[in-house]
Formats: sequence, structure tokens, C-alpha cells
Amino acid sequence: MAITATKGQVGLTGNAAVAYAMKQVNPDVFPAYPITPSTAIVEDFSSYVADGEVTTELITVESEHSAMSACIGASAAGARVMTATSSQGLALMWEMLYIASGMRLPIVLADVNRALSAPINIHCDHSDSMGARDSGWIQLYAETVQEAYDNTFMAVRIAEHAKVRLPAMVCFDGFITSHAIENISLLEDQEIQDFVGAYRAENPMLDTDNPVTYGAMTLPDAYIDFKYQQSQAMMRAKDAAVEVMKDFSKRFGREYGLFETYRLEDADTAIVILNSAAGTTKVAIDELRKQGKKVGLLRPRLFRPFPWQEIAAALKNVKAVAVLDRVDSMNAFGGPLFNEVRSALYDLDTRPKIFGRTYGLGGRDYKVKDAVAVFEELSRVVETGKIETLLKYITL
Amino acid sequence: MEKKEFPIGGVIPKGGTAHEYSTGGWRKLRPVVNKDKCTNCLICWVMCPDSAVIAEDGKMMGFDLDHCKGCGICAVECPDKVKAIKMVEEAE
Repeated sequence: MAITATKGQVGLTGNAAVAYAMKQVNPDVFPAYPITPSTAIVEDFSSYVADGEVTTELITVESEHSAMSACIGASAAGARVMTATSSQGLALMWEMLYIASGMRLPIVLADVNRALSAPINIHCDHSDSMGARDSGWIQLYAETVQEAYDNTFMAVRIAEHAKVRLPAMVCFDGFITSHAIENISLLEDQEIQDFVGAYRAENPMLDTDNPVTYGAMTLPDAYIDFKYQQSQAMMRAKDAAVEVMKDFSKRFGREYGLFETYRLEDADTAIVILNSAAGTTKVAIDELRKQGKKVGLLRPRLFRPFPWQEIAAALKNVKAVAVLDRVDSMNAFGGPLFNEVRSALYDLDTRPKIFGRTYGLGGRDYKVKDAVAVFEELSRVVETGKIETLLKYITL
Repeated sequence: MEKKEFPIGGVIPKGGTAHEYSTGGWRKLRPVVNKDKCTNCLICWVMCPDSAVIAEDGKMMGFDLDHCKGCGICAVECPDKVKAIKMVEEAE
């Protein structure tokens, strides 16, 4: 990813940057219930509301279930709606997440990735958003503060895209990205307003001249047809994401795609990994490249919908791939990223060898030496043509 | 309705559609009014949860059996001195 300094260079935490992005979008309604490590997004945003810097209606609620319920009500009413949460908060929203997507309401939620209890833990892993991976929400993942800031704007456009109309989640790593200060490049308010455009709701409930019903019951004669529509919308979301990312790049000079590759073109082995740990992996790659080892990285940015054909095409010349999940599906068969990347490679004529590793749960450090060790395992797989251990935990 | 015409997100894009959906098929007991006893007090019309009592010019005219679910509230609410509404088995 090429981050070109444009204007407004400033040091911000991930939370401050995303709250600032939300301020620049100036949504109509922001229902929220703060939770670590996303608390500062809600704190900062409520300051913007108190200081009159936005025209947003901030709704303070008694739980995340209520926060998402208020998001759904406001979005059905015709408002542009945003919120933020983490971990147990997202878990408490669960049943409402499906209602938001089933009703095709383009709500944007910042999920600051944090482990799920038990045991209770406030630090980073992806068990919260990965648990919501089948809820019908678009999911964007970000490595850096800059990317989390930029993804917030792109999420609005993708979610509200006429061919999509699905809610979207902007995911980035708790504490690692949410609380670390990075020097980032801000856009101007007017540039953001031009990029996201005015929101035009479909079938808003507040249009009392044209009364509509949301949430009606559907029986076996219709339910599957609505789910089919939703599924088709999720398929179209990939092209919509590409279109929006291209427009973003054209306007602001920062290049984004469905995924990022790093020194992958001629790589024999590669690590596939989400979010901030990709940065650590890149340092390992640079060190190993100095020793002449052909190693590379693929970091998915769009996880829902899953761009499986593009990922398969990008990995087809790699001899061995390790997929690192910061979550355990507790299926005794590897994490979600592992399973989906592995499935994506199935139709290739010559498939890379592939194994899965679980790392960094509950904020356990993933260090350069951990990435180097995975690349060493990968090179042994290439030498022997055999995978000794398909799945295991690392960073224990 | 063609499948391609299903409104996005299950939204019902206009009002008053409940009228088009017949709930009369749910009925097990059917209300029958004896107009010789009925005093046209219209308490049944007020109390009916499905607006299935038909009233015209202040007179109780009978039931909209396409929408009456047969709950029997009208028969219970009909004043004790009148008791003009009886619930009968649909099967009869």
C-alpha cells in the first residue's frame, strides 16, 4: 500500500483517527455503548456532538443490543448511521446484526478487535468480528491507523452502494492499532463529503406520504427469496468495493485493493495474515529477503465478501502457504481464514501446500521471530514436499 | 408476484396491505349475530381487534369473514342483557 502524504499530517491513535473520520462523515445518528478498546471512539465522537462540530443525534443506550437496535431503527427511518464496539459488545449485538443485514440497512460499525471471554481479556484477537463473519455484514480489515481511517469512508460508500445496500464493519486491532499513535494524513471535510455524497435512503419510514413496513414475517413461500437477494448483494459487494477503492485512490492517492500483497510476485512461500500482524510479517520478509529467501505476504483487506478467485490467482505460483489466524474456530480444523484460503486454492491445477497456525490470542505478542519460524517451516515443506503439522498454535 | 419483484430487504413498500391478506382462514369459531336481539350499540365494532365488524350508518351489519379470526371477543363483549352474538363451529 502506498501511503502518499497529501495534507494534514498528524499523529493520531486508531481510535482518534476513526472518530475523526466519523466526524467528517457527519452521520445523522450515532447510537453507542462504549467498551474497551473502542471506548475512545465513542468518547471523541460525543465531544464532537457536544461541541457542535457535527449535526449527529447521539443516542446513549443501556447495552450494545440496544445500540444496534437503535441503529436499525434509525437506519430504517432513513438516517445515515454509524456506531463502534468491541468484543462482548459485538457479541451482545449478534441477533441484531442479522436483522440489520437482512433488512438491507447500510449501517457502518467500527469494530476494534478484542478477544471474547472467557477468560476475560481486553486485548487483541479476531474472535469478535470472526464470530460475526456469517452475519451478512461486509467486513474490511486494516493494518494501520491510516488504513482504518480510510476504510471508514470506503465502508460508507460500499455499504450504501445501490447494488449492495448491506451493513459494513471496519475492523482493526485493539490496542495495537486503536491506541498506538501513527503519523497519518488526513483528508479535508469537503473532500470527504464529496466522496461519500449525500445519503439517500430507500423506503425511509419517516416518509409518511409513502408508508412502508419493515420486519414483516416471511414464511416458506418468501424467506429463501429474500436470503437469495441478500446473497446476490454480497456477491456484488466485491465489485462495488473495487470500484470504491479505485475512486478513493484516484481522488486521494492512496492505493487500496481487495487484499495487499508484499513481495509476493516471485515468492516461493507466503504468509496470509490479517491486520496489524502483517506489519511484523513484512519486517521478517525484508530480513529473509536479504538472505536471498523468496518469501512474501498476502493480507486480505476485504474478508466479507471473500474474494476467493482473486486470492487463488495471487497465490497460484507460491509453493507453500501458511495462513495465520488470530482466532480459533474451535472446530478442531483451523481458523476461518485458513479454511477459506485453503478452499479457495482447491480448484487450482497445481495447488500450493498449505497449513494453518493460530497466533496471538488475547493480545499475545506476535514477533518477527515468530514470522521467521513460520517461514522456516514453510521452506521445509517446500524441500520435503510434506506438511508435518497441518494445524497448531504458535506464540505459546 | 414474480420472484424478481420481491422488495429489497423484505420491506412492504406500501400501506394497507393487511387488507389483501385473508386471515379468515385461521378461524375455528365463526361469529353469528341475531339481528332481532342486536341493539346496534356497536361495542363489538369498538372491541374487534381485526376491524372485522361491519358498521354502516350507526348500525351493526355483520362480519367481514375474510379477516375475522374467530377470537370471540365480540360475543363476550356483547352486553349481558343482549347476547346477540354466538360463536359456532366452522365445521357445522
